[in-house]
Amino acid sequence: MTRLTVNGKRLELDADPSMPLLWVLREELRLTGTRFGCGMSLCGACTIHLDGEAVRSCVTPLSAAEGRHVTTIEGLSPGVSSAVQRAWIAEEVPQCGYCQSGQIMCAAVLLREKPQPSDADIDDAMSGNLCRCGTYQRIRKAIHRAAKDIAGEKA
Amino acid sequence: MSDAVGRRDFLKIGAAAGGGLLIGVALPGRATRVAAATRSAFAPSAFVRIGADDLVTVIVGKAEMGQGVYTSLAMLVAEDLEADWSKLRVESAPVDPAYNHASFGIQMTGGSSSVSSEWERMRRAGATARVMLVAAAARSWGVDAASCRAEKGFVLHAASGRRSSYGALAEAAASQEPPVNVPLKDPADFKILGRPMPRLDTPSKVDGTAQFAGDVNLPGMLVALVLRPPVFGATVVKVDAARAKAVPGVKAVATIPQGVAVAATGFWAARKGREALVVEWSAAPAGAVASTDALQQEYAALAKTPGLVATNRGDAAAALTGAAKTLSTEYDVPFLAHAMMEPLSCVVDLRADRCEIWTGTQFQTGDRDAAAKRTGLRPEDVQIHTTLLGGGFGRRATPSHDFVTEAVEVAKAVKVPVKVLWTREDDLRGGYYRPMWHDRISGGLDANGSLVAWSHTIVGQSLLAGTPFEDGIKNGIDDSSVEGAADMPYAVPNLRVELHSPRSNVPVLWWRSVGHSHTAFVVESFLDEMAEAAGRDPLEMRRALLENEPRTRRVLDLAAERAGWGQALAPGRARGLAVHASFGSLVAQVAEVSLAGSGVRVHRVVCAIDCGRIVNPDTIAAQLEGAVAFGLSAVLYGEITIKDGRVEQSNFHDYPILRMNEMPQVEVHIVPSDAKPGGVGEPGVPPLAPAVINAIAVLTGRRIRHLPVRPQDLGLA
Repeated sequence: MTRLTVNGKRLELDADPSMPLLWVLREELRLTGTRFGCGMSLCGACTIHLDGEAVRSCVTPLSAAEGRHVTTIEGLSPGVSSAVQRAWIAEEVPQCGYCQSGQIMCAAVLLREKPQPSDADIDDAMSGNLCRCGTYQRIRKAIHRAAKDIAGEKA
Repeated sequence: MSDAVGRRDFLKIGAAAGGGLLIGVALPGRATRVAAATRSAFAPSAFVRIGADDLVTVIVGKAEMGQGVYTSLAMLVAEDLEADWSKLRVESAPVDPAYNHASFGIQMTGGSSSVSSEWERMRRAGATARVMLVAAAARSWGVDAASCRAEKGFVLHAASGRRSSYGALAEAAASQEPPVNVPLKDPADFKILGRPMPRLDTPSKVDGTAQFAGDVNLPGMLVALVLRPPVFGATVVKVDAARAKAVPGVKAVATIPQGVAVAATGFWAARKGREALVVEWSAAPAGAVASTDALQQEYAALAKTPGLVATNRGDAAAALTGAAKTLSTEYDVPFLAHAMMEPLSCVVDLRADRCEIWTGTQFQTGDRDAAAKRTGLRPEDVQIHTTLLGGGFGRRATPSHDFVTEAVEVAKAVKVPVKVLWTREDDLRGGYYRPMWHDRISGGLDANGSLVAWSHTIVGQSLLAGTPFEDGIKNGIDDSSVEGAADMPYAVPNLRVELHSPRSNVPVLWWRSVGHSHTAFVVESFLDEMAEAAGRDPLEMRRALLENEPRTRRVLDLAAERAGWGQALAPGRARGLAVHASFGSLVAQVAEVSLAGSGVRVHRVVCAIDCGRIVNPDTIAAQLEGAVAFGLSAVLYGEITIKDGRVEQSNFHDYPILRMNEMPQVEVHIVPSDAKPGGVGEPGVPPLAPAVINAIAVLTGRRIRHLPVRPQDLGLA
């Protein structure tokens, strides 16, 4: 039995503790916004927050989440995260959209750590998240826009 | 549309909708909601439905794979319907002849043709509905329809100040017979077309609710992975499934024509089960490709022999002999995988009398018919629900219907609803690649430095050979092998293009921009080589050869001007350009590059496009930005190689694609045009590779004649 909190809900799960969190979320909890892209932590489509840190759920076993807080795209909190989603809409970022949950989860952590990220900060934080449609230029713009919005809200 | 189609087919669909069957991407459990919304709706064609609640539903027969087609087709309907954009919804169409491609006669999405082929049909669907709504209002008010007008989801009668919403008029409008040949709006009156409308699918793609095929869940469903042959064309000889069946959660192991399927309660158990399989495979089929290195040598030898003539103007051989200066060389490009972010997936619910399939496909009609054939059901008893596609790029339009028929075979074997998932390794090793090509090319200049001869021999697999579309091959020439070369726009008086189409066991498939992905690289690179040999500026030489191609010249000029062609650059940087026509559009690109670390860095790409009349300029910009990333991935990394008969690459570590830190700044300039709409999804890919390679040649003095670029090509290794 693994005890963990997912999107604010405390759960006890009777699943193979070696099973990657990705499949626990997608198949056991039906939180399908977290996507499978590579299974080897190479593309970032499965990015979630584990105690607030961005992790690749495709290589994170369920056992690693024991007693910890998991947040998925479905559970993003108001504030920083929704500013990111608003910016994504304003910049018309998604094309196929498959990688975007992971991109947004990663960007949300970046903006918490660095409220005014430079282009180099964005490169550092986001280069592990692949997008085959090539929306990178808009992701960059959306992160800068979200940073501005968050700063404006605080001011 | 032909108006006759609309009414008849739609009545049939309308009846189905009443029964809750028209569910498009709707998932089980959602059907009720959709059916309810359908009740008392006005649906004057298969493409639009207006509910009493004022919601306008546009039913789209095209696959949304990121190219924005849900939004662009909805814009076409909304323009002539005078719809309120905020009341617009899109639904994915069922498989039905009403949604067949206007030119190709099957329901499919490809060839960057959705806007051009739907431009009139979708607009007329909107216009027809509008005329009926206006007539219904006029009748109820006892006024002349000509004195009423439609605006933002309402019919208005200015003289009396009366107004009525489309929803309130829906029932009355539905009792009329749809008129034929309703006139379309004058483009001068467009309110939506040509404006950057927000994509309708964006909100669901930022909150995780967008539904891809892998997200579908059915009661009692198993998840299956298939172990496919290590060498294309090999078959199963013997299976030892004992260890696989012992894995907790594994419910079934079945040999199917495509390999061995392991079905389990979830992905993880299926994967563990598949890893535990022990399978003996047959030897490689006769003539199987042992290695891509050997294949390249075969191609190079073949290129020295006469091929089939694809085009012949003047006398290229004589002109080369008589030329003041000649250049002969060879080019190579590799097999490429599509590598969509969403690996293939397909859900099948097979019952005794029907079959339902949920998948992201670009090829509905053929996939459905193939499923019918495999199950023995009638095509009308097979329904495909086209979900969102997590990227397509051509991989989800297979003439062999590979991923659908395979999933149907798994469903037949396991006898419960099943979701077949592909891993990244399955995707990269599963075949259906952009063909590997070898080109032998010669050019001749006269004493004035004018290009007078061009002789080009192309070697590579045909995309159509061995498929149901084989009759598209005329006199042995598959046009998709020579497109962009045989019909190049330059006024070279003596032009000859020959083709060899060897076959192999490696499955090949169209890959974003098809033949152009290869021919633009060769033609536009070699043109720069000829310009250099002539001591001429590449832009000036192209302009001279394009005197009779004003549209091509205009995009070239626009890109060059906006990129500052001819102006000084920072030290260590250089520019290259290319222009190419494909899918009814023209794209020119200027790339600005430098060398960094062990590779090339592309800083900026200025794009100019003439795609005729436009629908959504923001989508055009997005598609060109994406095309630059897609093309640059192929320039820097893309390569599928075969060794000992097996594909060597397996995941993104050895088949890398472009990352955030490598993305150039992309600028997009659209040429205003009232020409017929052209494509947008693919035409941005072809010019990227030659623009970058031409810039590298300027920067380093080294001409690279193969892709991808390697450090040693740059003098860095």
